[in-house]
Amino acid sequence: MNPEQSISISIKADRLAFGAVLLFENIDFTLNKNEWSCLLGPSGVGKTTLLRIVAGLVPNIQNVIITCSDNKPLSGRTAYMAQEDLLLPWLSVLDNVLIGFKLRSEMVDKSEALKLLKMVGLSQNINDLPAILSGGMRQRVALVRTIMENRPVILMDEPFSNLDAISRIRMQDMAADLLSDKTVLLITHDPMEALRLGDRIHILSDRPVKFTNPVLPEGTRPRSITDVELLKEQARLLTRLSTASKLDLT
Amino acid sequence: MRIIKPTLVLLVLLLIWQLIIILTSVPPYILPSPFSVVEATLAHADIILENASITLIEMVAGLIIGTFLGGCSALILSYYRPSQQWLMPILVISQAIPVFALAPILVLWLGYGIISKIAMAVLIIYFPVTVAFFDGLKNTNLGYLDLAHTMNASKYSTLMHIKIPAALPAFASGLRVATAMAPIGAIVGEWVGSSEGLGYLMLHANGRMQIDVMFAALLILAVMAIILYYTVDSSLRRLLFWSPEIQLNQLKER
Repeated sequence: MNPEQSISISIKADRLAFGAVLLFENIDFTLNKNEWSCLLGPSGVGKTTLLRIVAGLVPNIQNVIITCSDNKPLSGRTAYMAQEDLLLPWLSVLDNVLIGFKLRSEMVDKSEALKLLKMVGLSQNINDLPAILSGGMRQRVALVRTIMENRPVILMDEPFSNLDAISRIRMQDMAADLLSDKTVLLITHDPMEALRLGDRIHILSDRPVKFTNPVLPEGTRPRSITDVELLKEQARLLTRLSTASKLDLT
Repeated sequence: MRIIKPTLVLLVLLLIWQLIIILTSVPPYILPSPFSVVEATLAHADIILENASITLIEMVAGLIIGTFLGGCSALILSYYRPSQQWLMPILVISQAIPVFALAPILVLWLGYGIISKIAMAVLIIYFPVTVAFFDGLKNTNLGYLDLAHTMNASKYSTLMHIKIPAALPAFASGLRVATAMAPIGAIVGEWVGSSEGLGYLMLHANGRMQIDVMFAALLILAVMAIILYYTVDSSLRRLLFWSPEIQLNQLKER
Protein backbone atom coordinates (compact mmCIF):
# COMPACT_ATOMS: atom_id res chain seq x y z
CA MET A 1 0.00 0.00 0.00
CA ASN A 2 1.43 3.33 -1.04
CA PRO A 3 -0.02 6.07 1.10
CA GLU A 4 -1.48 8.87 -0.97
CA GLN A 5 0.60 12.06 -1.12
CA SER A 6 -0.13 14.07 1.98
CA ILE A 7 -1.82 17.41 1.51
CA SER A 8 -2.72 20.53 3.43
CA ILE A 9 -6.20 21.95 3.42
CA SER A 10 -7.57 25.40 3.96
CA ILE A 11 -11.09 25.94 5.21
CA LYS A 12 -12.79 29.31 4.82
CA ALA A 13 -16.29 30.62 5.39
CA ASP A 14 -17.78 34.02 6.21
CA ARG A 15 -20.40 32.62 8.48
CA LEU A 16 -21.91 29.27 9.33
CA ALA A 17 -25.33 28.82 10.92
CA PHE A 18 -27.15 25.75 12.10
CA GLY A 19 -30.84 26.49 11.75
CA ALA A 20 -31.33 29.91 13.32
CA VAL A 21 -28.18 29.71 15.47
CA LEU A 22 -25.09 31.43 14.13
CA LEU A 23 -22.26 29.06 15.03
CA PHE A 24 -19.19 30.51 13.33
CA GLU A 25 -18.03 33.82 11.92
CA ASN A 26 -14.96 34.25 9.73
CA ILE A 27 -13.81 30.67 9.67
CA ASP A 28 -10.32 30.63 8.33
CA PHE A 29 -7.93 27.89 9.30
CA THR A 30 -5.50 25.55 7.67
CA LEU A 31 -4.78 21.91 8.28
CA ASN A 32 -1.07 21.79 7.55
CA LYS A 33 0.48 18.82 5.82
CA ASN A 34 1.42 16.05 8.29
CA GLU A 35 0.25 18.15 11.20
CA TRP A 36 -2.41 17.53 13.81
CA SER A 37 -4.85 20.43 14.11
CA CYS A 38 -7.14 20.41 17.10
CA LEU A 39 -10.46 22.12 17.57
CA LEU A 40 -10.84 22.46 21.32
CA GLY A 41 -14.09 23.61 22.88
CA PRO A 42 -17.03 22.71 25.07
CA SER A 43 -19.89 20.54 23.84
CA GLY A 44 -22.46 22.29 21.72
CA VAL A 45 -20.12 24.90 20.34
CA GLY A 46 -20.33 23.51 16.81
CA LYS A 47 -17.08 21.56 16.51
CA THR A 48 -18.78 18.45 15.21
CA THR A 49 -20.78 20.40 12.63
CA LEU A 50 -17.57 21.88 11.28
CA LEU A 51 -15.86 18.48 11.10
CA ARG A 52 -18.87 16.93 9.40
CA ILE A 53 -18.76 19.65 6.78
CA VAL A 54 -15.08 18.94 6.10
CA ALA A 55 -15.90 15.22 5.92
CA GLY A 56 -18.56 15.96 3.28
CA LEU A 57 -21.31 14.61 5.52
CA VAL A 58 -23.47 17.73 5.41
CA PRO A 59 -25.21 18.08 2.04
CA ASN A 60 -25.88 21.44 0.38
CA ILE A 61 -23.29 23.53 2.14
CA GLN A 62 -22.23 26.20 -0.34
CA ASN A 63 -20.56 28.91 1.67
CA VAL A 64 -17.72 26.83 3.10
CA ILE A 65 -14.74 26.82 0.78
CA ILE A 66 -12.38 23.90 1.21
CA THR A 67 -9.18 24.03 -0.81
CA CYS A 68 -6.52 21.34 -0.96
CA SER A 69 -2.85 22.11 -1.60
CA ASP A 70 -2.89 19.97 -4.76
CA ASN A 71 -6.05 21.72 -6.05
CA LYS A 72 -7.97 18.47 -6.27
CA PRO A 73 -11.26 18.07 -4.38
CA LEU A 74 -11.08 16.74 -0.83
CA SER A 75 -14.02 14.39 -1.32
CA GLY A 76 -12.99 10.75 -1.06
CA ARG A 77 -9.66 11.51 0.55
CA THR A 78 -10.69 11.61 4.19
CA ALA A 79 -11.09 8.88 6.76
CA TYR A 80 -13.50 9.45 9.62
CA MET A 81 -13.28 8.29 13.19
CA ALA A 82 -16.15 9.14 15.50
CA GLN A 83 -16.75 9.19 19.23
CA GLU A 84 -18.53 5.86 18.96
CA ASP A 85 -16.43 3.11 17.48
CA LEU A 86 -19.17 2.31 14.90
CA LEU A 87 -18.05 -1.31 14.69
CA LEU A 88 -20.67 -3.43 12.95
CA PRO A 89 -21.84 -5.93 15.58
CA TRP A 90 -22.35 -8.76 13.06
CA LEU A 91 -18.77 -8.68 11.73
CA SER A 92 -15.62 -10.00 13.35
CA VAL A 93 -12.80 -7.66 14.29
CA LEU A 94 -10.95 -8.46 11.06
CA ASP A 95 -14.03 -7.99 8.87
CA ASN A 96 -14.78 -4.70 10.61
CA VAL A 97 -11.29 -3.49 9.84
CA LEU A 98 -11.79 -4.42 6.17
CA ILE A 99 -15.35 -3.10 5.84
CA GLY A 100 -14.29 -0.18 3.60
CA PHE A 101 -12.92 -2.58 0.98
CA LYS A 102 -16.06 -4.69 1.13
CA LEU A 103 -18.23 -1.59 0.69
CA ARG A 104 -16.23 -0.55 -2.37
CA SER A 105 -15.97 -4.16 -3.65
CA GLU A 106 -12.18 -3.80 -3.73
CA MET A 107 -9.54 -6.46 -3.41
CA VAL A 108 -7.79 -6.33 -0.08
CA ASP A 109 -4.45 -7.37 1.31
CA LYS A 110 -5.36 -8.92 4.64
CA SER A 111 -1.74 -9.07 5.78
CA GLU A 112 -1.67 -5.29 6.22
CA ALA A 113 -4.75 -5.46 8.45
CA LEU A 114 -3.28 -8.34 10.45
CA LYS A 115 -0.03 -6.44 10.88
CA LEU A 116 -1.84 -3.36 12.18
CA LEU A 117 -4.05 -5.40 14.51
CA LYS A 118 -0.91 -6.96 15.91
CA MET A 119 0.64 -3.53 16.43
CA VAL A 120 -2.36 -2.43 18.53
CA GLY A 121 -2.25 -5.69 20.51
CA LEU A 122 -5.33 -7.34 19.04
CA SER A 123 -3.82 -10.27 17.15
CA GLN A 124 -5.60 -12.67 19.54
CA ASN A 125 -8.98 -11.09 18.81
CA ILE A 126 -9.24 -11.04 15.03
CA ASN A 127 -12.19 -13.46 14.96
CA ASP A 128 -14.03 -12.00 17.95
CA LEU A 129 -17.28 -10.12 17.67
CA PRO A 130 -17.09 -6.49 18.83
CA ALA A 131 -19.58 -7.13 21.66
CA ILE A 132 -17.07 -9.11 23.71
CA LEU A 133 -14.34 -6.47 23.48
CA SER A 134 -13.75 -3.70 25.98
CA GLY A 135 -14.32 -0.06 25.02
CA GLY A 136 -10.60 0.51 24.59
CA MET A 137 -10.18 -2.56 22.39
CA ARG A 138 -13.12 -1.55 20.24
CA GLN A 139 -11.69 1.91 19.72
CA ARG A 140 -8.35 0.33 18.72
CA VAL A 141 -10.21 -1.69 16.09
CA ALA A 142 -11.80 1.55 14.88
CA LEU A 143 -8.34 3.12 14.69
CA VAL A 144 -7.01 0.25 12.57
CA ARG A 145 -10.08 0.50 10.33
CA THR A 146 -9.38 4.21 9.89
CA ILE A 147 -5.73 3.56 8.99
CA MET A 148 -6.67 0.78 6.55
CA GLU A 149 -8.63 3.34 4.55
CA ASN A 150 -5.21 4.73 3.60
CA ARG A 151 -6.42 8.31 3.20
CA PRO A 152 -4.12 11.34 3.50
CA VAL A 153 -6.55 13.23 5.75
CA ILE A 154 -7.94 11.85 9.01
CA LEU A 155 -10.93 13.47 10.69
CA MET A 156 -11.46 12.50 14.32
CA ASP A 157 -14.46 13.54 16.38
CA GLU A 158 -13.63 13.04 20.07
CA PRO A 159 -12.48 9.50 19.30
CA PHE A 160 -11.14 8.80 22.78
CA SER A 161 -13.70 10.58 24.95
CA ASN A 162 -15.63 7.42 25.88
CA LEU A 163 -12.53 5.76 27.30
CA ASP A 164 -11.21 5.70 30.83
CA ALA A 165 -8.22 7.93 31.56
CA ILE A 166 -5.58 5.22 31.20
CA SER A 167 -6.94 3.68 27.99
CA ARG A 168 -7.26 7.20 26.62
CA ILE A 169 -3.58 7.96 27.13
CA ARG A 170 -2.60 4.64 25.52
CA MET A 171 -4.88 5.28 22.57
CA GLN A 172 -3.44 8.78 22.14
CA ASP A 173 0.07 7.33 22.01
CA MET A 174 -0.98 4.65 19.56
CA ALA A 175 -2.82 7.09 17.30
CA ALA A 176 0.07 9.56 17.37
CA ASP A 177 2.42 6.77 16.34
CA LEU A 178 0.29 5.22 13.61
CA LEU A 179 -1.01 8.46 12.11
CA SER A 180 2.30 10.35 12.14
CA ASP A 181 2.35 10.82 8.36
CA LYS A 182 -1.22 12.07 8.05
CA THR A 183 -2.92 15.43 8.03
CA VAL A 184 -5.23 15.19 11.02
CA LEU A 185 -8.16 17.24 12.26
CA LEU A 186 -8.96 16.25 15.84
CA ILE A 187 -11.97 17.51 17.74
CA THR A 188 -11.81 17.34 21.49
CA HIS A 189 -13.13 18.92 24.65
CA ASP A 190 -10.14 17.72 26.65
CA PRO A 191 -7.33 20.34 26.86
CA MET A 192 -4.83 17.65 27.85
CA GLU A 193 -5.61 15.63 24.74
CA ALA A 194 -5.29 18.71 22.54
CA LEU A 195 -1.95 19.61 24.14
CA ARG A 196 -0.57 16.09 23.86
CA LEU A 197 -1.51 15.58 20.22
CA GLY A 198 -2.07 18.95 18.60
CA ASP A 199 0.48 20.88 16.58
CA ARG A 200 -1.92 23.79 16.50
CA ILE A 201 -4.91 24.15 18.77
CA HIS A 202 -7.85 26.31 17.82
CA ILE A 203 -9.95 27.27 20.79
CA LEU A 204 -13.65 27.47 20.03
CA SER A 205 -15.48 28.97 22.95
CA ASP A 206 -17.70 31.88 21.97
CA ARG A 207 -21.00 32.00 20.19
CA PRO A 208 -20.62 32.65 17.38
CA VAL A 209 -17.09 31.23 17.33
CA LYS A 210 -14.39 33.52 16.05
CA PHE A 211 -11.13 31.93 14.99
CA THR A 212 -8.21 33.55 16.80
CA ASN A 213 -4.53 32.71 16.79
CA PRO A 214 -4.06 29.03 17.56
CA VAL A 215 -2.05 27.76 20.51
CA LEU A 216 1.15 26.09 19.27
CA PRO A 217 2.52 23.62 21.83
CA GLU A 218 6.23 22.91 21.59
CA GLY A 219 7.85 19.50 21.18
CA THR A 220 6.73 16.48 19.24
CA ARG A 221 3.55 14.51 19.77
CA PRO A 222 2.57 12.60 21.79
CA ARG A 223 3.77 15.02 24.46
CA SER A 224 4.48 13.61 27.89
CA ILE A 225 1.82 13.95 30.57
CA THR A 226 4.53 14.77 33.10
CA ASP A 227 5.74 17.84 31.19
CA VAL A 228 5.32 20.79 33.60
CA GLU A 229 4.84 23.34 30.82
CA LEU A 230 2.10 21.16 29.35
CA LEU A 231 0.31 20.95 32.69
CA LYS A 232 0.52 24.73 33.15
CA GLU A 233 -0.84 25.26 29.66
CA GLN A 234 -3.65 22.80 30.42
CA ALA A 235 -4.61 24.88 33.46
CA ARG A 236 -4.62 28.05 31.35
CA LEU A 237 -6.79 26.45 28.68
CA LEU A 238 -9.21 25.05 31.25
CA THR A 239 -9.58 28.49 32.84
CA ARG A 240 -10.15 30.06 29.46
CA LEU A 241 -12.76 27.48 28.46
CA SER A 242 -14.61 27.53 31.76
CA THR A 243 -14.99 31.31 31.80
CA ALA A 244 -16.21 31.14 28.24
CA SER A 245 -18.77 28.45 28.97
CA LYS A 246 -20.07 30.52 31.91
CA LEU A 247 -20.81 33.29 29.40
CA ASP A 248 -22.57 30.74 27.24
CA LEU A 249 -24.91 29.65 30.00
CA THR A 250 -26.25 33.13 30.76
CA MET B 1 -33.84 -27.72 32.45
CA ARG B 2 -35.60 -25.25 30.13
CA ILE B 3 -38.37 -27.75 29.46
CA ILE B 4 -39.41 -28.09 33.11
CA LYS B 5 -41.33 -24.83 33.50
CA PRO B 6 -43.45 -25.14 30.33
CA THR B 7 -44.25 -28.77 31.25
CA LEU B 8 -45.38 -27.69 34.71
CA VAL B 9 -47.60 -24.99 33.24
CA LEU B 10 -49.13 -27.56 30.89
CA LEU B 11 -49.76 -30.03 33.71
CA VAL B 12 -51.44 -27.35 35.85
CA LEU B 13 -53.68 -26.36 32.93
CA LEU B 14 -54.69 -29.99 32.36
CA LEU B 15 -55.41 -30.32 36.06
CA ILE B 16 -57.64 -27.22 36.02
CA TRP B 17 -59.40 -28.62 32.96
CA GLN B 18 -60.09 -31.92 34.71
CA LEU B 19 -61.15 -30.11 37.91
CA ILE B 20 -63.72 -28.04 36.01
CA ILE B 21 -65.22 -31.23 34.63
CA ILE B 22 -65.34 -32.88 38.07
CA LEU B 23 -66.69 -29.82 39.88
CA THR B 24 -69.30 -28.71 37.34
CA SER B 25 -70.12 -32.17 35.95
CA VAL B 26 -70.35 -30.56 32.50
CA PRO B 27 -71.49 -33.10 29.89
CA PRO B 28 -68.76 -34.48 27.55
CA TYR B 29 -70.48 -33.03 24.45
CA ILE B 30 -69.78 -29.54 25.87
CA LEU B 31 -66.34 -30.14 27.35
CA PRO B 32 -64.67 -33.53 26.96
CA SER B 33 -62.07 -34.58 29.53
CA PRO B 34 -58.34 -34.36 28.66
CA PHE B 35 -58.21 -38.13 28.71
CA SER B 36 -61.01 -38.57 26.16
CA VAL B 37 -59.35 -35.96 23.91
CA VAL B 38 -56.13 -37.96 23.95
CA GLU B 39 -58.18 -41.08 23.31
CA ALA B 40 -59.92 -39.44 20.33
CA THR B 41 -56.58 -38.21 19.00
CA LEU B 42 -55.21 -41.74 19.02
CA ALA B 43 -58.40 -43.29 17.65
CA HIS B 44 -58.56 -40.86 14.71
CA ALA B 45 -54.82 -40.39 14.34
CA ASP B 46 -54.73 -41.18 10.61
CA ILE B 47 -57.49 -38.70 9.71
CA ILE B 48 -56.16 -36.00 12.03
CA LEU B 49 -52.60 -36.31 10.75
CA GLU B 50 -53.72 -36.28 7.14
CA ASN B 51 -55.67 -33.06 7.67
CA ALA B 52 -52.96 -31.61 9.88
CA SER B 53 -50.39 -32.05 7.11
CA ILE B 54 -52.61 -29.99 4.78
CA THR B 55 -52.91 -27.20 7.35
CA LEU B 56 -49.18 -27.32 8.03
CA ILE B 57 -48.41 -26.96 4.32
CA GLU B 58 -50.76 -23.97 4.15
CA MET B 59 -49.13 -22.30 7.15
CA VAL B 60 -45.55 -22.89 6.04
CA ALA B 61 -46.21 -21.93 2.42
CA GLY B 62 -48.04 -18.80 3.59
CA LEU B 63 -45.17 -17.97 5.89
CA ILE B 64 -42.53 -18.39 3.18
CA ILE B 65 -44.42 -16.49 0.49
CA GLY B 66 -45.66 -13.79 2.89
CA THR B 67 -42.19 -13.25 4.32
CA PHE B 68 -40.64 -13.13 0.87
CA LEU B 69 -43.19 -10.59 -0.41
CA GLY B 70 -42.96 -8.57 2.80
CA GLY B 71 -39.17 -8.55 2.65
CA CYS B 72 -39.18 -7.44 -1.00
CA SER B 73 -41.75 -4.70 -0.29
CA ALA B 74 -39.70 -3.34 2.60
CA LEU B 75 -36.56 -3.31 0.44
CA ILE B 76 -38.34 -1.49 -2.38
CA LEU B 77 -39.87 1.01 0.06
CA SER B 78 -36.48 1.72 1.55
CA TYR B 79 -34.41 1.76 -1.66
CA TYR B 80 -36.69 3.82 -3.91
CA ARG B 81 -38.17 6.56 -1.77
CA PRO B 82 -40.86 7.58 -4.32
CA SER B 83 -42.31 4.06 -4.05
CA GLN B 84 -43.52 4.89 -0.55
CA GLN B 85 -46.31 7.03 -1.99
CA TRP B 86 -47.45 4.11 -4.17
CA LEU B 87 -46.88 1.12 -1.94
CA MET B 88 -47.93 2.53 1.41
CA PRO B 89 -51.62 2.94 0.46
CA ILE B 90 -51.70 -0.67 -0.75
CA LEU B 91 -50.14 -1.77 2.49
CA VAL B 92 -52.65 0.15 4.58
CA ILE B 93 -55.62 -1.00 2.48
CA SER B 94 -54.47 -4.60 2.80
CA GLN B 95 -54.87 -4.20 6.55
CA ALA B 96 -57.91 -1.89 6.60
CA ILE B 97 -60.09 -4.70 5.23
CA PRO B 98 -60.21 -7.51 7.78
CA VAL B 99 -58.79 -10.68 6.26
CA PHE B 100 -61.75 -12.57 7.69
CA ALA B 101 -64.05 -10.51 5.47
CA LEU B 102 -61.90 -11.30 2.45
CA ALA B 103 -61.96 -15.05 3.07
CA PRO B 104 -65.21 -15.81 1.20
CA ILE B 105 -64.00 -13.78 -1.81
CA LEU B 106 -60.63 -15.54 -1.84
CA VAL B 107 -62.35 -18.92 -1.71
CA LEU B 108 -64.62 -17.80 -4.55
CA TRP B 109 -61.69 -16.69 -6.68
CA LEU B 110 -59.07 -19.25 -5.80
CA GLY B 111 -61.27 -22.25 -5.11
CA TYR B 112 -61.83 -24.64 -2.25
CA GLY B 113 -58.32 -26.01 -2.48
CA ILE B 114 -55.10 -25.16 -0.72
CA ILE B 115 -54.35 -22.00 -2.76
CA SER B 116 -57.03 -19.81 -1.19
CA LYS B 117 -55.81 -20.73 2.32
CA ILE B 118 -52.21 -19.96 1.43
CA ALA B 119 -53.40 -16.61 0.06
CA MET B 120 -55.16 -15.90 3.37
CA ALA B 121 -52.05 -16.73 5.36
CA VAL B 122 -49.93 -14.58 3.01
CA LEU B 123 -52.25 -11.61 3.52
CA ILE B 124 -52.01 -11.93 7.29
CA ILE B 125 -48.24 -12.45 7.34
CA TYR B 126 -47.28 -9.82 4.76
CA PHE B 127 -48.08 -6.74 6.85
CA PRO B 128 -46.14 -7.36 10.09
CA VAL B 129 -43.09 -8.52 8.12
CA THR B 130 -43.12 -5.50 5.79
CA VAL B 131 -43.67 -2.94 8.53
CA ALA B 132 -41.09 -4.39 10.92
CA PHE B 133 -38.40 -4.78 8.25
CA PHE B 134 -39.09 -1.35 6.74
CA ASP B 135 -38.85 0.23 10.20
CA GLY B 136 -35.55 -1.54 10.73
CA LEU B 137 -34.22 -0.32 7.38
CA LYS B 138 -35.28 3.25 8.18
CA ASN B 139 -33.61 3.29 11.58
CA THR B 140 -30.03 2.40 10.67
CA ASN B 141 -27.56 4.00 13.08
CA LEU B 142 -26.69 7.30 11.38
CA GLY B 143 -23.08 6.83 12.40
CA TYR B 144 -22.84 3.68 10.24
CA LEU B 145 -24.20 5.64 7.29
CA ASP B 146 -21.70 8.47 7.86
CA LEU B 147 -18.92 5.92 7.97
CA ALA B 148 -20.11 4.26 4.75
CA HIS B 149 -20.32 7.68 3.11
CA THR B 150 -16.73 8.61 3.97
CA MET B 151 -15.69 5.17 2.70
CA ASN B 152 -17.21 6.03 -0.71
CA ALA B 153 -19.73 3.21 -0.47
CA SER B 154 -22.43 3.10 -3.14
CA LYS B 155 -26.09 3.22 -2.19
CA TYR B 156 -26.40 -0.44 -3.16
CA SER B 157 -23.47 -1.71 -1.12
CA THR B 158 -24.54 0.39 1.87
CA LEU B 159 -27.90 -1.36 1.65
CA MET B 160 -26.39 -4.82 1.29
CA HIS B 161 -23.60 -4.59 3.84
CA ILE B 162 -24.99 -2.18 6.43
CA LYS B 163 -28.69 -1.41 6.22
CA ILE B 164 -30.00 -4.95 5.68
CA PRO B 165 -27.86 -6.67 8.35
CA ALA B 166 -28.64 -3.85 10.79
CA ALA B 167 -32.37 -4.26 10.10
CA LEU B 168 -32.40 -8.04 10.58
CA PRO B 169 -33.29 -7.99 14.30
CA ALA B 170 -36.34 -5.84 13.48
CA PHE B 171 -37.18 -8.16 10.58
CA ALA B 172 -36.94 -11.09 12.98
CA SER B 173 -39.47 -9.62 15.40
CA GLY B 174 -41.86 -9.06 12.49
CA LEU B 175 -41.33 -12.64 11.41
CA ARG B 176 -42.05 -13.92 14.94
CA VAL B 177 -45.37 -12.05 15.00
CA ALA B 178 -46.15 -13.39 11.53
CA THR B 179 -45.39 -16.96 12.59
CA ALA B 180 -47.77 -16.68 15.50
CA MET B 181 -50.46 -15.37 13.12
CA ALA B 182 -49.94 -17.87 10.31
CA PRO B 183 -52.36 -20.50 11.71
CA ILE B 184 -55.17 -17.89 11.83
CA GLY B 185 -55.01 -17.40 8.07
CA ALA B 186 -55.00 -21.10 7.30
CA ILE B 187 -57.82 -22.01 9.71
CA VAL B 188 -60.10 -19.12 8.78
CA GLY B 189 -59.67 -20.07 5.14
CA GLU B 190 -60.61 -23.65 5.93
CA TRP B 191 -63.68 -22.60 7.89
CA VAL B 192 -65.01 -20.52 5.03
CA GLY B 193 -64.81 -23.28 2.51
CA SER B 194 -62.69 -26.36 2.12
CA SER B 195 -62.75 -30.13 1.95
CA GLU B 196 -59.57 -30.81 3.91
CA GLY B 197 -57.42 -29.40 6.73
CA LEU B 198 -57.80 -29.16 10.50
CA GLY B 199 -60.28 -26.28 10.23
CA TYR B 200 -62.45 -28.42 7.97
CA LEU B 201 -62.11 -31.38 10.33
CA MET B 202 -63.22 -29.23 13.27
CA LEU B 203 -66.33 -28.00 11.46
CA HIS B 204 -67.09 -31.50 10.27
CA ALA B 205 -66.73 -32.98 13.78
CA ASN B 206 -68.76 -30.13 15.24
CA GLY B 207 -71.61 -30.92 12.91
CA ARG B 208 -71.63 -34.51 14.11
CA MET B 209 -71.28 -33.62 17.77
CA GLN B 210 -67.88 -35.35 17.87
CA ILE B 211 -66.61 -32.76 20.34
CA ASP B 212 -63.68 -34.93 21.39
CA VAL B 213 -62.46 -35.04 17.76
CA MET B 214 -62.87 -31.27 17.56
CA PHE B 215 -60.72 -30.87 20.63
CA ALA B 216 -58.23 -33.38 19.26
CA ALA B 217 -57.89 -31.30 16.08
CA LEU B 218 -57.49 -28.19 18.21
CA LEU B 219 -54.80 -29.90 20.26
CA ILE B 220 -52.81 -30.89 17.17
CA LEU B 221 -53.22 -27.39 15.73
CA ALA B 222 -51.85 -25.88 18.93
CA VAL B 223 -48.92 -28.29 18.96
CA MET B 224 -48.11 -27.50 15.31
CA ALA B 225 -48.35 -23.74 15.89
CA ILE B 226 -46.05 -23.98 18.91
CA ILE B 227 -43.49 -26.15 17.10
CA LEU B 228 -43.55 -23.80 14.10
CA TYR B 229 -43.03 -20.78 16.34
CA TYR B 230 -40.12 -22.30 18.23
CA THR B 231 -38.48 -23.56 15.06
CA VAL B 232 -38.61 -20.09 13.52
CA ASP B 233 -37.58 -18.44 16.77
CA SER B 234 -34.56 -20.67 17.37
CA SER B 235 -33.38 -20.43 13.74
CA LEU B 236 -33.61 -16.66 13.99
CA ARG B 237 -31.60 -16.71 17.19
CA ARG B 238 -28.94 -18.80 15.53
CA LEU B 239 -28.82 -16.48 12.49
CA LEU B 240 -28.73 -13.32 14.58
CA PHE B 241 -26.13 -14.58 17.03
CA TRP B 242 -24.64 -11.10 17.12
CA SER B 243 -27.73 -9.13 18.08
CA PRO B 244 -27.43 -7.33 21.42
CA GLU B 245 -30.57 -8.93 22.85
CA ILE B 246 -29.29 -12.46 22.22
CA GLN B 247 -25.81 -11.72 23.49
CA LEU B 248 -27.31 -10.30 26.66
CA ASN B 249 -29.30 -13.51 27.17
CA GLN B 250 -26.20 -15.61 26.61
CA LEU B 251 -24.38 -13.62 29.25
CA LYS B 252 -27.23 -14.20 31.69
CA GLU B 253 -27.23 -17.93 31.00
CA ARG B 254 -23.54 -18.29 31.68
